[in-house]
Amino acid sequence: MGKEEQQLKALDKGKYRYIGTRPVRPDGVDKVTGRANFGADLKLADMIHGSVVRSPHAHARIKSINVDKATALPGVKAVVTGADFPMLSPSDRIPGVAPLSFYDLSRNVIARDKVLYDGHAVAAVAATTVAIAAQAAELIEVDYELLPHVMKALDAMKPDAPLLHEDMFTAGVEPKPTTPSNVSKRVAFTLGDVDTGFAAADVVVEHEFNTETVHQGYIEPHACVATITEDGMASIWCSSQGQFMVRAYTARVCGMEVAKIKVVPSEIGGGFGGKTTIYLEPLAVELARRAGRPVKMVMTRDEVFRATGPTSGGHAHCKIGAKKDGTITAASLQLEYEAGAFDGSPVALGCMTGFAPYDLENVSIVGYDVVVNRPKSAAYRAPGAPVAAFAVESTLDVLARKLGMDPIALRENNAAKEGTQAAYGPKFKRIGFEETLTAAKNHPHWSAPLGPDQGRGIASGFWFNIGGNSSASVMINEDGTVIVATGNPDIGGSRASMALMAAEVLGVDIAKIKPQVADTESVPYSDLTGGSRVTFATGKAVIEAAQDAVRDMKERAAKIWEVDVDQVEWRDGKAVAIETDKHQPLSVADIAGMAGKTGGPISGKANINASGAGPGFGTHICDVEVDKETGRVTVIRYTAIQDVGTAIHPSYVEGQLQGGAVQGIGWAINEEYIYDADGRLENSGFLDYRVPVASDVPMIDTVLVEVPNPGHPYGVRGVGEVPIIPPLAAVANAIADATGLRMTDLPISPPRLLAAIDAAK
Amino acid sequence: MTQIQFAAPGTVADAVKCLADANGGAKILAGGTDLLVQLRAGHLAADTIVDIKHIPEVRTITIEDGGFRVGAAVSGAELGEHPDVRRAWPGVVEALELIGSAQIQSRASLGGNLCNGSPAADSVPAMIAAATICTIAGPDGQREAPVEDIVTGPGQTSLAIDEFVVSFFLPPRPPHAGDAYLRFIPRTEMDIAVVGAGVSLTLDDEGVCTAARVSLGAVAPRLLLVEDAAAVIIGTRLDDTVLEKLGAAASAACDPIDDKRGTVAYRTKVAGVLTRRAAAIALERARAN
Amino acid sequence: MGKHHVSATVNGDPVEFLCETRQTLLDVLRDELNLTGSKEGCGSGDCGACSVMVDNRLVCACLVLGVEAEGRNIETIEGVAQGEKLHPLQKTFLEDAALQCGVCTPGVIVAAKALLERNPDPTETEARYWLAGNLCRCTGYDKIIKAVMNAAEEMRGA
Repeated sequence: MGKEEQQLKALDKGKYRYIGTRPVRPDGVDKVTGRANFGADLKLADMIHGSVVRSPHAHARIKSINVDKATALPGVKAVVTGADFPMLSPSDRIPGVAPLSFYDLSRNVIARDKVLYDGHAVAAVAATTVAIAAQAAELIEVDYELLPHVMKALDAMKPDAPLLHEDMFTAGVEPKPTTPSNVSKRVAFTLGDVDTGFAAADVVVEHEFNTETVHQGYIEPHACVATITEDGMASIWCSSQGQFMVRAYTARVCGMEVAKIKVVPSEIGGGFGGKTTIYLEPLAVELARRAGRPVKMVMTRDEVFRATGPTSGGHAHCKIGAKKDGTITAASLQLEYEAGAFDGSPVALGCMTGFAPYDLENVSIVGYDVVVNRPKSAAYRAPGAPVAAFAVESTLDVLARKLGMDPIALRENNAAKEGTQAAYGPKFKRIGFEETLTAAKNHPHWSAPLGPDQGRGIASGFWFNIGGNSSASVMINEDGTVIVATGNPDIGGSRASMALMAAEVLGVDIAKIKPQVADTESVPYSDLTGGSRVTFATGKAVIEAAQDAVRDMKERAAKIWEVDVDQVEWRDGKAVAIETDKHQPLSVADIAGMAGKTGGPISGKANINASGAGPGFGTHICDVEVDKETGRVTVIRYTAIQDVGTAIHPSYVEGQLQGGAVQGIGWAINEEYIYDADGRLENSGFLDYRVPVASDVPMIDTVLVEVPNPGHPYGVRGVGEVPIIPPLAAVANAIADATGLRMTDLPISPPRLLAAIDAAK
Repeated sequence: MTQIQFAAPGTVADAVKCLADANGGAKILAGGTDLLVQLRAGHLAADTIVDIKHIPEVRTITIEDGGFRVGAAVSGAELGEHPDVRRAWPGVVEALELIGSAQIQSRASLGGNLCNGSPAADSVPAMIAAATICTIAGPDGQREAPVEDIVTGPGQTSLAIDEFVVSFFLPPRPPHAGDAYLRFIPRTEMDIAVVGAGVSLTLDDEGVCTAARVSLGAVAPRLLLVEDAAAVIIGTRLDDTVLEKLGAAASAACDPIDDKRGTVAYRTKVAGVLTRRAAAIALERARAN
Repeated sequence: MGKHHVSATVNGDPVEFLCETRQTLLDVLRDELNLTGSKEGCGSGDCGACSVMVDNRLVCACLVLGVEAEGRNIETIEGVAQGEKLHPLQKTFLEDAALQCGVCTPGVIVAAKALLERNPDPTETEARYWLAGNLCRCTGYDKIIKAVMNAAEEMRGA
């Protein structure tokens, strides 16, 4: 451990100079003046416009595609279909908890023999105007042979269900199946013995739950501009959660070398996981190649809903047994998640997270990943966890009521803590779940009086948070100002956090630091922005790069003073000679100004694969009022409490809690994909896919509990994903409190709740 | 790419001529809040768009025979800023104001809301309850028709291809009269009505209801004027028992469908609830006048 | 019929442009006038990201035809700051961290400015209902509403 690192570790939070402050974000002015450039804002000389032909059918074989009429339309410059892309092998995949199959990715970007959902891309066309491109798309004739479709996990698991993929055999079952299935895999996690555990219980409760597909609902549709030279060098400007992801995936789908694609990230107008994959980029590259001109592609909102990754709906069965004193003796959970048209739902993550907040002896968790004729699911904020937590936290609420226990006390009785063995594998290091429960119990919200038809619910949630590959460069400019370049798109204010951490190490005022999201040729590789990893992992890289720059500057000072480098210390942004007052301290600007005489330009770099991510836990309190004549649920008060490790920029940490909570409220009450009998999406717009509007929600109070993560120099934990996990059950538990009705199906829409109220009469 | 013609006539006669010249291929642009969505979605087969907002009669509110003449393209924001109309017909004003956001309110109009032909239009049940009369211009001059006669089915109107609605006449209000419109939407704003209910009523000096009109939206292929429901309250003081009966009569009039916005059972029940609640508001307003 | 020749005022400057009937004001602002601060989130008036002022009325530019702009006075997000001087709303949005991704922000600021010009002292509820046509998926609206209320207070004091 270096000296600086030791010093940093010795600092307690009160001594931070920049961390924990709330400066204006570096990219802020551009975003309040309209100057910031998002995916659809770029215009290049000679640019033409692309449009995608999409399947109107949920499941059909493509018999033929005739592009002649489209090609003949004046203004049309290029047309591509699946035949224009290399066919990848089924074995071309990255395994793991969230596997990625390039074979599937390629067929999702553009269909080959079959279309698998309403909205599946079949062809693309580029023309001189958006209107001509759209007209040409309509002229492309696709001859389909309709196939039966299946939309729900439990239906797709039936033996006689229509098969999406004849080559899919369920993984994870013994013996290896010999007939194909829509179940791509079975996953299981076991701890102890649940049969013994349930036998020892005084009370056992169990419920089944159903949820619908929901969408991330980012306001900025997917967009890109691509250009490619005659010698095959492509450039892509686009909005995504990872410029290196776009480069890698596009290279695979187009059969190109990575070095031949440069990706320049634009500002990103929301992602929430939904921009961790690609849709348009390979189409734009291939159209640009054929047209010899830059091609811009921008999705309509309809396309965003029909064709981009929503998150899985599914079915859950949860059973929990406990002693009269509230000690849980056994818990089981079965999840069936709809992956969409290709495998890879986040069911494993649901299995791993559902019971993770609790210290349990006997656990059995089984999950099934099921393909259905819906768009391929993509990540959505804590993928897999909200639905699992909805089941577990609702069941716990029922258990608390049965035991006559306070629901916080029940959770405290069983809370995971340092040393707890989680069913999914690891033993927790220092975590702050109990602290969130204590904060909830002590919060005035928990004891505030309720009015008629009002109810209060509480629920908790867990998310792993991840580390991964990150790079950072800290460049000291000749006047002492600093550029901090990283490879991670800034979704929610991460540039501010990067600048704060660099400022802390360098001792330089935040106003002198300019953080940058660099293109794929200006910084080394970074994993994408996701998994709540950026402030943790890329932050760690920034800290190390800044330390590297400090090391260099100390060496320069030593040179200037002609002393040994260990005679130089870095204090408050200055090099200071120790054990002598002969030398005036040198600021960053002083050292930078003399860089040419001391060895040339100064910078620090760090390329790391960060480990030590700290798990995050949250507990939310929700009050609702129910109109028992219409079934309307109004959230009237909401408090989100979370262990955030160390809040680098508290305002943006609070913002994560508030935004996640409101997305969760939308999921609980109103958001759902609605398909007609033919498997066509009926609500592919913001009119009927009802995300919360400003007048739907109250202020979201936040409590930032800070239990520093021992795996990060400043104690950072990821914070972005946890807040969407508790709200589903918090809302349902509040409705149960207000009405006495246990709502197990989401969304708890007015018709659904009113039907339950009337049925209970 | 076929070009769409655009015309912005300055007089009613010129507008009628544009419509006649287009021979059925014209679409009228008032606030555009439905038209442009349909244009964008490719659901609009129009050769010509006729912007009627340059015609003075279409854009103004005037007092006429003690009532109000409201131009068909007067926006929700403009109507809401007219204190006299709001005092006389708060239900109609609020119904128009319920449509969409502040942005939509700058454009959305009574004429557009009616002629779009949606069974879920918010302002139309309120206008029907108010016994609003449309003035319609055509090649043979102008004619009048009750609002409830205009929409014949989803997206369909009784207007000829060379006719358009110029203005609406909201009748004068006697003493002790009040109206109200309520709708149910899943969110607090921005949705299309799942159920809408408009009630207008007049009381005598003793507080007995002497006249009433009840209209429902989004519960049938057409917007409904529910005379059976009005009959329940006429001659009563609208006590709680009567209001319950009113709700039951409203529910009985429903002929809804299951769709992405609501179920048959839900719409039928909530139509009763909202009619009862709207009548209670109208009653309170009538008593205060 | 060719394109329409339209003369209008945008952010105080006279502009002329050519457009087809089907082009919206948003298309014209973004594609013809290179004013990309107004965003397209839906194209159907449901998200408010393209909020602009036309003759002092708040509208979704995606629901106005470009040709309708003839003779009109249009104000966009690009005209909200006066030179180097940010509008109080722009300042409070920065200070109160009222944006995350920022793509809804131009529309929200234009809409909030229209609110405060009509109602300098809105209640929280009034602000929430006025901004109901401006979807934000990142913030949960909390800090947006606070920034609007803080700007209102600052403007009343000024």
